[in-house]
Parts: sequence; C-alpha cells; structure tokens
Amino acid sequence: MEHVAEHHPDHESPHTSQHVPEQRITLRIDGTDHELTVDTRTTLLDALRERAGNTSPKKGCDHGQCGSCTVLLDGRRHLTCLALAVAYDGAEIVTAAGLAGPADEGDLHPVQQAFITHDGFQCGYCTPGQVCSAVGMLEEAGRGAPSHVTADLEADVDLTDEEIRERMSGNLCRCGAYAGILGAIRESAGR
Amino acid sequence: MRPLTYAAPATAAEAVSAVRGDPQARFLGGGTNLVDHLKLGVSTPGRLVDISRLPLDTVEQTEAGVRIGTNVRNSDLAAHPLLRSGWPGISRALLAGASGQIRNQATTGGNLLQRTRCVYFQDVTTPCNKREPGSGCSALEGYGRYNAVLGASEACVATHPSDLAVALTALDAVVVVLGSDGERRVPMADLHTLPGHHPEIETTLSHGELITAVELPATPLARRSTYVKTRDRASYAFALVSVAAALTLDDDGAVADIALAWGGVAHKPWRAARAEAALRGRRPDESAIAAAVEEELREAAFGPDTEYKRPLLRGATTEALSRLLGGLDGKPGGTSEQEGAR
Repeated sequence: MEHVAEHHPDHESPHTSQHVPEQRITLRIDGTDHELTVDTRTTLLDALRERAGNTSPKKGCDHGQCGSCTVLLDGRRHLTCLALAVAYDGAEIVTAAGLAGPADEGDLHPVQQAFITHDGFQCGYCTPGQVCSAVGMLEEAGRGAPSHVTADLEADVDLTDEEIRERMSGNLCRCGAYAGILGAIRESAGR
Repeated sequence: MRPLTYAAPATAAEAVSAVRGDPQARFLGGGTNLVDHLKLGVSTPGRLVDISRLPLDTVEQTEAGVRIGTNVRNSDLAAHPLLRSGWPGISRALLAGASGQIRNQATTGGNLLQRTRCVYFQDVTTPCNKREPGSGCSALEGYGRYNAVLGASEACVATHPSDLAVALTALDAVVVVLGSDGERRVPMADLHTLPGHHPEIETTLSHGELITAVELPATPLARRSTYVKTRDRASYAFALVSVAAALTLDDDGAVADIALAWGGVAHKPWRAARAEAALRGRRPDESAIAAAVEEELREAAFGPDTEYKRPLLRGATTEALSRLLGGLDGKPGGTSEQEGAR
C-alpha cells in the first residue's frame, strides 16, 4: 500500500517564543498511510484537509452541529471537527472520496450512486458528510441498533422514513435536499 | 486555543496521577464537549490526559445488575441487549441525545461530566459566574428560556444538559471513581451539585478523580422505565425539560413503586422525590400526576421566560407515566399500542 510521509511546516511565530507542542501520528486515510507531525491542537478535520490534502470532509460549522465533516472512523460514522488528531493516532479513516471499493462500477459507492439517482443534493457541500453518515447509519441499523423513534427497543429495525429521518438528524442540508436524500437512503436500504 | 501537551497513559492509575499533579491538566474522553470548549476558549487546559483508549469499555452483567465501563460509547450502551431489556429508560435517554455520529464518539463518563449549554457560559465575551467566578450572571437578566427553575441561585441559573444523567439518577446508579487513594463509589444523586455561591463547582469529584464505571442495580422498576424529552425540534437538540420515569403497580392498579427524575430544570439531574411520594400507593391518573408535579414544584421559581416549563413538566411527566401504564416502555412521541403494563 502507498505510504506518504510529510514534512511539517515551521510553526514558530515571529510574535511569540511560546513553545507549541507537536506530536507525530499516523493516519490511514482512504487506504493510504499518512505520517504527520501535528500541533497537538489540530483537529482531525484540519489534519485531513490541510495536512493530508483530503478535502472530501467539509468544514461547515466546526462545532459538531452540521455533520458535514463526517467520515467513517474505524468503520463507524464519526465527526472530525470535535476530535483532536493526536487522539486518533493509528486510526483508519474512510472519507467519501474513498468509499467506493474496487467492485463498485464507475468508482461510486452504491449510496453515492443513489444520491445522484434521487437528486439528493443541490450545492453539494454537505454531501460527502451525508453519504458517509448514511453508510454508517445503514450499518448500525443492519446490526439492529434502535433509534429514538423505534417503538420496540428489542424488535428488529424497520427502516421507515421516520427512522431514516431520525437517524440522519446529525446531518444538515441548507439547500433543503432532504426529500432526495431520504429517497436515496430508502433505496440504499433496499426499500 | 492555548498550546497544550497531550498524553495517553496506559493505565487509569497513571492518568489519575498525571491530572492530580497538574492543576492545568484535564482528562480527555470522547471530546465532543471539551474540544468544542477548547475552540471557544471556555476551557483552557495546558495539558490533556487522554483516557478514551483505556480498556474501560465493556458492559458486564454483575450479581446486582450491570457495570458499564466509562469508555463505553453512548451508541453502544443504548444498543446493548442488557440495557434494552433491563433498563429501557437508559437506552431511551441515550437515543434522545445528540446525533448518531456524536453518540459513536461520546463516552459514558464524559456524558455525565459535560458542561451546561447555557448560551452565556459558552460565550466568553459575556459575564458568567460559572466560567469566570465573580463576573456575574448574564442569564438572570438575559435570554432565560433554558434557565433552571429548581435549586438555582443568584449566582447561576444554568441547567445540566445530560439526558443519560437524568435516567441514571432515577434508576439509582452508582458512579465508580478512581482517585490517588483508590476507588470510591458515589451515588448518582450525590455526583452533581447545586450552584449556590460556587457555580464553577459542578460535581463532588476532586481534581484528578476519574470516573471509571457506572453501576446500575437490576430491579423490577428498572425494567419498566422510560424517558420523555421535549425540545425545540424533533431531533438533535437539548432538552427544554425531560422526564425519566419507572413504575410498577400493585394488584389494585395503585403505584407500588415509582422513580421520577427531571432534566432541564436544575444545575443537576433533579430527583422528583416529592412527586414520587405523592403518587406512591395512589392510582396514577391524570389528576394525581398533575398534583404530584405541583407538589414537586412547590419551591420552584419560575420567571416569564421559564413559566412554560410548568405545563411542559406536567405534560411530559404524564406522557412518561402513561407510556409505562400503556405497555413496557412505548413509542416516543406517539400512542403506544403495546401490551398492558401488568
């Protein structure tokens, strides 16, 4: 597998002699190992975008409210804005850019294709987060995890529209493409 | 953001001594609240001691009930078969909080120690006694919709934001705490404090004490528990008020045992002991529930911005108990068509 090492820029500011702690970490991003030396304050989102050059996860609110920075982290949907990169040394991250596997036709994951089919976006800014969140959500539902609107906590999950809406509530779309997003996920869920 | 050092000790004991010995150090769990506070300048530690990868991440059945490691993620706890069957109110509370992504990240112990979402606490340009002792309380004269109505003080009217903590309080959870002198056990009801003159103090933990687990006793009451949350939108918002409830009836349909705790009303999860006492031994009909809620609110202080919480508490408490009367737990926000309560 490809391996990318990166030289870090000089953080020394001319205005201060304050020591800025740094740490060396390895992140596996879309199948490639990245060795990065980061200021300990760097968020995972900034490490992905500004240091590893993967601009698929988007910075929307940067406060965990919009979901546009969602990736799959060690297989689960995860925000990257409320995460310090140093705390995720060794993590395996899949962004929307790396979702498609070798078996996927035209380099699109089936959920990505469904978003196109159902017109599940307008400006597209929230889309990488929406898609990663949908993939993670479908996995959660597939192993029977209940949600706030699940009537019987111990029954099998039936991914009704109400269930999909609730489970996707951490991803906002300011264009309001929710109807298309719902359709895309409904199809991805096999309904 | 202030420069900070980061360490991830291999054991809980090492983490405790690392924080204990440095007033500028803080534990880092899932980070969903603390990392935001680093960005906002609400929290300015010089050192983070990451405990999120310590192997305190299992849910274990014990003789008395269940023991939940502090690093069990909110999503995993909510979905755990033991919790779903034995403590449905805990699962419901977790599922009512945050988003799918955040529940995958947030930890059990971290959830209990999250800070208030009072808008002034999070805005470093405004006075706040909790963030900066002695600076004043902006919420007293400002935006008061989220303010506390029970147990508040002139120094602070903030509410505790956790849903999980409310359910744990109702179901008599015990928090296991590791300090430099070893382990101790703190009942949930004694974990959080009322603001008084020191709203900057929020728990009875001392600096460097680490929550390592939460224990829940298995009881017939816990099996018949639920959680009702009211909020400004259908999902992904903090509670205006919330109710954790558990109920068993005797053969005459009167309350045999009951547990009630409220969220969104105080600086800590509020155990509604007066309301419980008012309902015990009585048939829990609508008027009895309303009277019990009023009894609990006898010393409440409402203002124009918070008056709405009175009928909301009455409605949410009635809804929670009705759900339990209509079946085991029930469907949030809808009418339950499940089997009878007994």
